[in-house]
Amino acid sequence: MIEIVTAVCFVVLAVSALLSVGRIVGGHSVADRALALDALLIVVVVGVAVGAVRTGSGIYLDVLLVVALVAFIGTTAVGRFIERRGVR
Amino acid sequence: MIATLADVVTSLLLLASVGFVLLACVGLYRFDDVFSRIHAATKATTLGVILVAAATALALRDPGDTAKLAIAAVLQMISAPVTAHVIGRAAYWSGGELSPETVVDQLADRAPGREG
Repeated sequence: MIEIVTAVCFVVLAVSALLSVGRIVGGHSVADRALALDALLIVVVVGVAVGAVRTGSGIYLDVLLVVALVAFIGTTAVGRFIERRGVR
Repeated sequence: MIATLADVVTSLLLLASVGFVLLACVGLYRFDDVFSRIHAATKATTLGVILVAAATALALRDPGDTAKLAIAAVLQMISAPVTAHVIGRAAYWSGGELSPETVVDQLADRAPGREG
């Protein structure tokens, strides 16, 4: 049962990642793209956790923490750059 | 194979979590200015991360893993509003366009340097 549910979760996460990439490619401003990259990294975080449930092993949870931190720091840094240089 | 109650609860939490993440990304793709996209993307992904952390903690049942997942959930709860604030403020003050359906812009008279 867990195998089927996690497979469904991976498919849904793939669709979410595609929508985020669509916003990154077609985004109107740097702020949109930074936000979409943040959402894409959150999709990665959730995907790592779903993978941990599927394999029953927690060895990749450190990766989850690091990706969450990188998403926060990266998006905040890009926000500061936008403030200095303009949204386009 | 008989599904235990913990498996059922884990599955429901996982499906709810990826559902919220999917809604966030649909909103990110469909909404038509950066501020409504921030609204869609930060709140729903926070709930998604919290739910998936609960599901994974329930599935693994290891104290160390539970601690890591709790740290991830708390970090997301702290960092998502900060991210939304930084991106929203940067987009507004550097001339990000408001949606034509915007009802009120309370900063309009305080923004002479705004390009948009």
